[in-house]
Amino acid sequence: MRTLPLTLGFMPLVDAAPLIIARELGFAEEEGLALTLQSAPSWSTLRDRLALGQIEAAHMLSPVPVAMALGLGGMRTQFDALSVLSINGNVIGISNALADQLDAAGSIPDFLDAKAAGAALARLKKPLRIGVPFPFSMHAELLHYWLAASGLNTAQALDVRTIPPPLMADAISSGEVDAFCVGEPWGSITVENGGGTLLLPGAAIWQFAPEKVLAVRHEWATSEPDITGRLMRAIWKAGRWLNQPDKHATAAEILSWPEYLGVSAEITERALSGNLLINARGRSRHVPQMMDFFAGAATFPWKSQGAWIGARMAARFGLDRAQSATKAAAVFRSDLYRRHLGPLGADLPAASEKLEGALSEPTRAATDSGTLILGPDRFFDGQVFDPDRPER
Amino acid sequence: MTDKLTILIVEPDKTRAQAIIDSLAATGDHHIRVLSASTGLARSVAEMNPDLVLLDMANPSRDAIDALTLASSPLERPVAMFVDRSDDGLTKAAIEAGVSAYVVDGMQPDRIKPILDAAIARFHMFSRMRSELAATKRALEERKIIDRAKGILMRARNMSEDDAYALIRKTAMSQGKKIADVAQALVTASELLS
Repeated sequence: MRTLPLTLGFMPLVDAAPLIIARELGFAEEEGLALTLQSAPSWSTLRDRLALGQIEAAHMLSPVPVAMALGLGGMRTQFDALSVLSINGNVIGISNALADQLDAAGSIPDFLDAKAAGAALARLKKPLRIGVPFPFSMHAELLHYWLAASGLNTAQALDVRTIPPPLMADAISSGEVDAFCVGEPWGSITVENGGGTLLLPGAAIWQFAPEKVLAVRHEWATSEPDITGRLMRAIWKAGRWLNQPDKHATAAEILSWPEYLGVSAEITERALSGNLLINARGRSRHVPQMMDFFAGAATFPWKSQGAWIGARMAARFGLDRAQSATKAAAVFRSDLYRRHLGPLGADLPAASEKLEGALSEPTRAATDSGTLILGPDRFFDGQVFDPDRPER
Repeated sequence: MTDKLTILIVEPDKTRAQAIIDSLAATGDHHIRVLSASTGLARSVAEMNPDLVLLDMANPSRDAIDALTLASSPLERPVAMFVDRSDDGLTKAAIEAGVSAYVVDGMQPDRIKPILDAAIARFHMFSRMRSELAATKRALEERKIIDRAKGILMRARNMSEDDAYALIRKTAMSQGKKIADVAQALVTASELLS
């Protein structure tokens, strides 16, 4: 097989691991691909590089391809989400000042209790300035979902600002924001620098949030079916490798290299293992499903996940919810996933959409070949999203 | 009512900012302002109310500007990425040069084009300077490694500096490798053995 050069873009975050591992441990080579990985300075630049064809594929916030399908922000090119790269992985952090206020008003709520954390913030009756990395991001979606359900979503109470991840730790220690939602390692770096305290993992708001996707131009996926398949297989194998707990130390080591994250392996390993240090006093907590690359069909691009993102964005930006959900579902290419990963033995659920938020326990689901265990996917407030009724 | 355009340049480096200003001055008489801080960027942009925002694509704060494309309040002027309003050629040129431009909605493309052309030329110059600097640095590092490798050979095989260099060069040629790579391998091996 002739080796094909392929350039992929990524943001220096722990959840870029599948791309990095695919290159460094030879999974791409096995598929005849010579990957070049290009670190991007910002999400908008990564999006534009992909849209204009400077790179072939990217590690992308799952709401970005949806935003483009809905005609929101920037470029008009259509992106496809070939697979989900990772489930969960964000953390919500608060400034030391806000942590002191919560402490004075009672206590800092349990790290895994989103309901209590929302209620505690609401009781302070203070406007909140919160940083998110990008307007189209799972961070923004989870925050709005959580704060709306906690009664904190009014324009007076909430000021959501866009702050690039590497500047988030500074923004919170300098008092520019009171809280943030950011991807690892930036939450852990904030704790490490003593700039803030972690309040909640994203997984406490939604247990199975599709965080990043493998994004390509729609037109490229159509014109290059063979390379698309090879890329999907290489990334999927890397995710399977990352799913083994005894590989976390090795993965953390590779991620720490200067061309990738340039952050110490000890810090990147926290998100991989789910053992987070949540404050500067050294309190640690284990987070179930902190960040998953494989287990429970994590990489399957459920159309209902796309529909949820589309419906939420439509509500926020004043678009038609049902239409937006349909357009968004089409971006999640479960058809390509079945075609290219089925022959490899990937777990293929019998349906391509499900109720989102209905599973509170690991649950057996029918597949084409037998059964598959789906991970719990509840929302903290117990809501269930039915992709057939997105207006609700 | 003035016909001058207000241009905001987001650039923390003073020298670079001045270079951009100089190149834009040739395209007409504009109000040009420079913002060097990256905190509170979105608010500053809203306050300055520029017609055009220029910034380096490598600046991570670009996302804060990009978020302004969503400005929905009736008091805010909607901002669009210039690429929306222009032909693909200019868009590609801008992004390849590493400059991102945001214009206020409704701005005539022909008023912006000469300014953007000048900015693109300037950013190309920046990226050339960056490559040159990197090449110079690499050359210096390579020379240091080759000097160390020569030293190792001179000591271990008791040869002259010229002979040591000739030997490294001959080995590189026969193995189809770069001189610096052979030198590096020798230095690494000698570190392992010592």
